Amino acid sequence: MSDHTLDELCAVACAEAFRGDGEILASPIGVVPSIGARLAKATFSPDLLLTDGVASLVANVMPVGVDDAPKVVEGWMPYRAIFDLVWHGRRHVMMGATQIDRYGNQNIACIGPLERPKAQLLGMRGAPGNTVCHPTSYWIPQHSTRSFVAKVDVVTGVGHDRARAAGPAATRFHALRRVVTNLAVLDFETPDGAMRLRSVHPGVGVDDVVKATGFELTIPASVPTTRAPTDEELRLLREVIDPKGLGKRELATK
Amino acid sequence: MADKRITEDDVVAELTDGMTIGIGGWGSRRKPMSLVRAIARSSLRDLTIVAYGGPDIGLLCALGKVRKAVYGFVSLDSIPLEPHFRLARQAGAIEAVEMDEGMLQWGLYAASLRLPFLPTRAGLGSDVFRSMPGLKTVRSPYDDGEELVAVPALPLDVALVHVHRADAAGNGQLLGPDPFFDDLFCMAAKKRFVSCEQLVETADFPKHGPLQTQRIHRAMVDGVVEAKRGAHFTSCDPDYGRDEAFQRIYAATAGDPAAFAAFKARYLDAPTHADYLKAVDER
Repeated sequence: MSDHTLDELCAVACAEAFRGDGEILASPIGVVPSIGARLAKATFSPDLLLTDGVASLVANVMPVGVDDAPKVVEGWMPYRAIFDLVWHGRRHVMMGATQIDRYGNQNIACIGPLERPKAQLLGMRGAPGNTVCHPTSYWIPQHSTRSFVAKVDVVTGVGHDRARAAGPAATRFHALRRVVTNLAVLDFETPDGAMRLRSVHPGVGVDDVVKATGFELTIPASVPTTRAPTDEELRLLREVIDPKGLGKRELATK
Repeated sequence: MADKRITEDDVVAELTDGMTIGIGGWGSRRKPMSLVRAIARSSLRDLTIVAYGGPDIGLLCALGKVRKAVYGFVSLDSIPLEPHFRLARQAGAIEAVEMDEGMLQWGLYAASLRLPFLPTRAGLGSDVFRSMPGLKTVRSPYDDGEELVAVPALPLDVALVHVHRADAAGNGQLLGPDPFFDDLFCMAAKKRFVSCEQLVETADFPKHGPLQTQRIHRAMVDGVVEAKRGAHFTSCDPDYGRDEAFQRIYAATAGDPAAFAAFKARYLDAPTHADYLKAVDER
């Protein structure tokens, strides 16, 4: 196996989150998730729908950050159509999270009290609706006790405990899939939907992940290593999907 | 047909303190900035602004015009966090109602259909309920019995939107890739004002775009302002993109009172849209 960088490993882990999704809209937020979703479409999930980030569905796999790249538009997807699709359910979003907790509650709104935050962030955006309507994954490029917290300041994306408390209408389509970080891949495949360590990236110890996590993680008896990119995946990443190396930059700046 | 052509200042003359004003566009895209600046120049205050927020909310917060903001997000797109809005929030200067983006659409849609609420799953289990203390759920009367969020209607006193082409009667044409929710803002409001890149003859709309681009009709509009580059510095594709360099200048004035005062004097205090454009082009 040839050498790969951390951003390439993470992009493959993001791609894996979309494996088996079929003919749905993949909505990756952020650079590495965008690279991952395009890689999934270029390889094992060819039926995925992707937008150009504006209002077009694009049939071909475009490079990230190349505005004038050739584009085969297969459909119109303005925000109103996206909103319809969110509630319809044929979508899988991969969002960021300034904070996430043990049951997958996410915060992108603000740090500190809602009434007068210490740091105002984006706002709720589509997170409340996304999380109770269709599959959701997260990309957190800096795994630390600042982002993996015992309790999020504001619940924007809904976790398992909060969905259960809200009742069957909230749990019916609620599906938290993966959390990809710079250290590991996590999921919620536990009886009560608590976060579980799924794999650690090469060179990262289970203890490193535990230390960087501000709540109790479910750790299986044996934790595999996150799979490395194949040669063909590396070729696609370097030559087709991320020729400018934007994934590296996203990891470096976080 | 009535001639509805007016100026930015005529629009402001229709507004009063404390009004709820909905602003079309999305983030830093196709915002009616010449109208927003006219509000900025006025003595208006205590406004409630409802928007998919961008520099409209940020600018009006920076000038102390906003009592309450209702939004799904406030962003400059290429600068993810709107710095002026952040400062206002962190100073506790405004009341904030944070909603899910789809809930905001639903609130406007309910108002435009004259319904008290519309149901949705969006918001269940989230802190939207903390941000909107009066928010209630509603149980489906059918066999499923699902307990859903009842998004209250968001009626507006005024809607302000910017379109690509319009005629003097108030018919509007949206030529960009995304119409956003501008029609809903108009239909949710008592008074509706549209600015446009270019006034055209009614018969000429087909020369500019296909029938489906004629999204705004005159029963949705009370006044039309011609404002070429009226969305500047936000994007107005395909007529022009975002002026990223100018947006960076605007953003950099946040938290620097002297810089903001200079920005205000040079650009925001320009008495007309034409004067503003002159200052922009001479920078």
